[in-house]
Parts: sequence; C-alpha cells; structure tokens
Amino acid sequence: MVRHADASISTASACLALLRRDLLLVWRRRGDAAQPLMFALLVVSLFPLALGPEPELLAKIAPGVIWVAVLLSGLLSLDSLFRSDLDDGSLEQLMLAPQPLALLVACKVLVHWLASAVPVLLIVPLLAAFLNLDGRLLPVLWESLLLGTPLLSLVGTVVVALTVGMRRSGMLLALLALPLYVPVLIFGAGAVMAAAQGLPFAGALWLLGAALVLAVVLAPLAAATALRIAMP
Amino acid sequence: MTPAAPPLLAAESLAFQRNEEPVFGPLSLHVAAGEALLIHGGNGSGKTTLLRVLAGLLPPSEGDIQVRGQHATRESVAQTCALLGHLLGHKGELTAVENLRFAVGLNGQREGTDITEVLETVGLAGYEDSPARQLSAGQKKRLGLARLLLLPSPLWLMDEPYANLDLEGIALVNRVVEAHINGGGAALITSHGAYATPAVRSRVLELD
Amino acid sequence: MNPVIRWFHQMGSPPIFHRFADRWSRWLLLAALPFLAWGAWSGLFEVPADYQQGDSYRILFIHVPSAWMSLFIYGLMAVYAFIALVWRIKICEQLAMACAPIGAGFTAITLLTGSLWGRPMWGTWWTWDPRLTSELVLLFLFLGVIGLNAAIEDRRAAARAAGFLALIGVVNVPIVHFSVEWWNTLHQGATIKLMGQSSIDSRMVLPLVLVAIGTKLWFLGSLLVRTQTAMLEMESGKDWVKQIARGAHA
Repeated sequence: MVRHADASISTASACLALLRRDLLLVWRRRGDAAQPLMFALLVVSLFPLALGPEPELLAKIAPGVIWVAVLLSGLLSLDSLFRSDLDDGSLEQLMLAPQPLALLVACKVLVHWLASAVPVLLIVPLLAAFLNLDGRLLPVLWESLLLGTPLLSLVGTVVVALTVGMRRSGMLLALLALPLYVPVLIFGAGAVMAAAQGLPFAGALWLLGAALVLAVVLAPLAAATALRIAMP
Repeated sequence: MTPAAPPLLAAESLAFQRNEEPVFGPLSLHVAAGEALLIHGGNGSGKTTLLRVLAGLLPPSEGDIQVRGQHATRESVAQTCALLGHLLGHKGELTAVENLRFAVGLNGQREGTDITEVLETVGLAGYEDSPARQLSAGQKKRLGLARLLLLPSPLWLMDEPYANLDLEGIALVNRVVEAHINGGGAALITSHGAYATPAVRSRVLELD
Repeated sequence: MNPVIRWFHQMGSPPIFHRFADRWSRWLLLAALPFLAWGAWSGLFEVPADYQQGDSYRILFIHVPSAWMSLFIYGLMAVYAFIALVWRIKICEQLAMACAPIGAGFTAITLLTGSLWGRPMWGTWWTWDPRLTSELVLLFLFLGVIGLNAAIEDRRAAARAAGFLALIGVVNVPIVHFSVEWWNTLHQGATIKLMGQSSIDSRMVLPLVLVAIGTKLWFLGSLLVRTQTAMLEMESGKDWVKQIARGAHA
C-alpha cells in the first residue's frame, strides 16, 4: 500500500546526508584535493623567480601575493562545484528534494571549502616562508584568510551557479567573479598591509567577518535562484 | 458519492519555447492515482523538456501546473513526484547502496521497503557494493528504478525508462510500474512508443 | 486604468514598442548633438582655465558626465533586470541587455579621459585614483553582463541570467567604491586624486549640465535602437516582423 510521504525527513538529517555524501566523494577523489594546494604553491613560487630573491622586496609583497594566490586557486577549484552533479543528473535530484535548494547549496559550499581552501590555509606558513613574510604578520594573514576564503567561496558559488550549464566557462567565470572578489581582496590583503605599517587593522577584519555572516545567509539563496535561472 | 480526488498532477495550456521556437504545447494533461500516462513522441518532440517542466526544473513559457488540485509549489512537487531522468542521478564513485542511502536520506523512505530487498527486486543483488560507474547502462537504469521504489513519492516521472534495457529489463520496468500503480501510485512515462507498455489503466498523449 | 500605467503596459508589446522606437530614437539621437556641441564649445573656450591645472583640466567636461552616465546606466540596467526577473517582461529583458554595451562604452570613455587627464599632471598613462579604480571594476561588471548574455544560447534565458548578475553587481558597486576609498587611504604615499580639493567654479556648471543632458539623450536614443534591433532578431519568426519586412520591400 503506497502511503503519502510522511512527515518529511527532518531538514537537519537531510543536510547531514548531503554533507556525508559530498565528504565521501571528496575522500574517494582525494587526489584532486591536492590541486588547489599545488596551484597556490606554484603561483607563490613564480614571484621570486620573476622579481628576484631580494628578501626585503619579497617581504613587502608577501601578503598581497599570498592573498592573490589563494584567491586564484579558490577560483579554479570553484568551477567543479556543480559540474559533476550537473553531468550525472544529481543536481536535478537535489532540486527536486523537499529541502530548500539554498540549504543544500550551503552544505555543498561548506564541503567544497573544507576540501579546497582548508588545505591551502594549512600551508600558509610555508607560503609565508617562501616569501620571507615577517613572522609577526602571520596571525593577521591567517585570520584574514580564514574569514576571506569562505567569503570568496560563497560569493563565487553564486557566479558558478549562473554559469552552470556552460562548457569551459573558466575565463568567463573569472571575469564574472572578479568584481565581486575585489572588495574581499582589498580588505583581506589590506588588513595585513595595514598591520605591516603598524596601522589599525581590526576594522578590516571585522568587516570581513560581518560580510561573511551576511554571505552565509544570502549567498546560498542567491545561488539557488541562479541555479534555477541557469539550469539547462 | 464521494467526490473524486484531484489528479496528482495536472497541467493546463502548458507550453515551452526556446529562443522563441516552440518546443511543445500548448497542451493539457493530468495523471491521477492508479493510472499511467504515456507520452509518446519521436526524437526532438519535446518529451524530455515536457517532463522537466512538469518536474519544475524548467519554468513553462505559458500555462499552469497543479499538484493535487493546488498550484504547484516546490514542496508539493517534491513530495508528490520522483524523477527518473535521462541522466540517472547516480554518483559514479558511490556504491549502489550508498547512492540509495543518500536518496533516502534526502527524500525519506517509503514505508515497508528495505534497500537490500529492493536491490534484489530490480535484479542488482550482489552489486550492492559496486561503484555505480562500474555498472552497465542497463544496471544503472535498474538502480534508478530501485530509487523510485524506495522514495515515498506516489507519482513517478520516468523519462524513456525502456532505453538501454533488454527484453528482460523492459519486462522488469513494466512489472515494477504495474505493482506501483496497482498499489495506488501513478506514473508518467515518456517513450518512442514502440515498447510493450505496462498492463495497467493508461492513456496516451502524442507529441508531434 | 491610469494612462501612464496603460502606456507602460502597451510598451510591453513588441510591435508597439517597435513603432515607438522607430518614431523617437532618431530624434533623441539628433537632439543630443546640439547639447553635446554647445557643452563642448563652452567647456573648451568659454570657461576660464583652472588656476592649478591650466587648460588640461578641461577634459573633465567629458570625463565627469561619462562617469555619471556609467553609474546611471548601471542603475537603470539593474532596474530593468529586476522588472524582467520578477514580471518576466520580454522588453525589459532586452532593455537591460541593451544598457550593458552603452554603459561599458561610457565607462571606457571615463577611463580613457581619466587616463589622459592624469598624463600631463603625473606623466603616467594610468593612475590608481580611487574613482578610476572603481570605474575599472564597473567596466568589468558591464563586460561580465555582456559576456554572460552572449554565452547562453537561449536569448531569454541569457537575458535573465545576465540580468540576475547585474542585480548582484548593483549591490557590489557601492561596496567596491567604499573598499577602494579605504584602500586609497591605506596606501598613503601613492595617493593621487584627479579632482583634488578644488571646488567647482560656478561657471563650470553650465557645460557640465549641457554635456550631461546631451549624453542622456544620446543614451536614450541608442538604447531604443539597440533594443529594437534585439527584439526584431528575437521575434523574427513572428507575423508582425514579417509584415514590417514586407512593408520595407514594398
């Protein structure tokens, strides 16, 4: 006897199911997780090669270069956020689930950030060493990246959702994301630059934090709307 | 005499255009519990698009969709319909069981069903721990059927369920759909029309 | 029904919009010319030279109205996009999309004139003045809308997606402006401001206003032409377009 769908599966357990699935997928493809890490490392290594190894120069550009490297590696890995789900039809199933799409998107972004940004965050001390970053700036750099990378992921998700149907959307994705990334970069790298000059930097970090809170609420909603608009 | 329950899914004057070119419609249809609606059409007739519009994945250019007599909302469609689309919706790196457990974790599980039993019903006994990407096209289709059996939704939206299946597979689809419909469920099935169809009360909608 | 609202309803119909655009676009474009000419002449010859910058400041009469237009057009594009997304009106979708290249053009003029302005003063072809930096980001926003609209095949879906992008961007514009101002104060040593603290002489107002009106008229005419063309392309299979084509050949 077919009964109507019962009191629907609780939202929390549904989100847990999605989190578990995506984490399992990351684990099964754990080779891929090294790519953002490698990319950030490579970008950072290019600068001393291009500019020369003079320690003072490197120390001066270190916060900015590290921030740009992390930003770019995040942008590259963002492209794959919805791609496999779109290709095998899982995205359709997510859109047909009883839970709000925004919530499911938020779960996906969380796993994506854990898999792609957190490894890069862990090697920041290494990147700092490559560029001779003043050790006293390391905490500020780390805090700014800790607040900034999820913000970039969330904002980037909206843009990825808009281009979800497109093949090889890499360049377009970067163009669309860049204007949205600029303020995050300015305040994130700027906080470290301010600290380097002995200026107050807490305000910039608080701004990032506030933006992150807003983005956690608004970005998944915007991304869900964008997915419905752009679904092929 | 009790009034008839409204159809599970109904569409009125539904039409869809892409780049100002009509893909289908305007057309009207309805599916009630205990029956199957077969949508027949050749390649490019818009069957897949129609199904996706009915599932709410694409917005219609014109017309209205109703679920159980009320204007369709995301929740009502999610609760009433389950989709077996052209892209089946399995993650290749997850095993058959893991895929089904996720579907059930997201949507809930139909009462009285068990994942292992359902896998046996669709002929995938022994493949529980095989990653989905190692399954053949026909086996992936059967896994999709298993998902439909496990989800609580009464209306099955099936896009070309017979494609990629051998005679035994086609018979399986029909058996499963018959059991579902005789149990009070409903199905909306698109196909070329050249296949043997389930032995249940059904109507046919022809798309040009 | 209120006649104004009725007019808007009617404009939503492609054939009626086409007739409206046909009738008015030419005049708007023509009307822009005297304003632009008068404003340019007044700015170049009538208004006295600036006591700090001499004659090279006169490019401000193109730079400032262009900057105003770039922001105005972006705002208008966002409004059209909002209406298009909420009420699904075809004309508004195309109006929003037509705004983007015109806005990008004005932004490019702003950047170009800003760059030229900086040259005699600091000897560099580009300065990271806060306004120019904000305008650069605005240019990327416009290019993004144009790019997204071009990348999706279905014209209506493309306009909806690019319109949504424009809406997200509109929230971003003040944020970028604010962040760039902060960035500018942070890097004190290299602070360069194009307009500086000097207040505007009252005699400079007239050419500014003239050019501003001229650019608005030009924009409206150009917008109507572009939207008209886009609508003709989109509706090319429909009867009303065929009738017009037949009429043109007759």
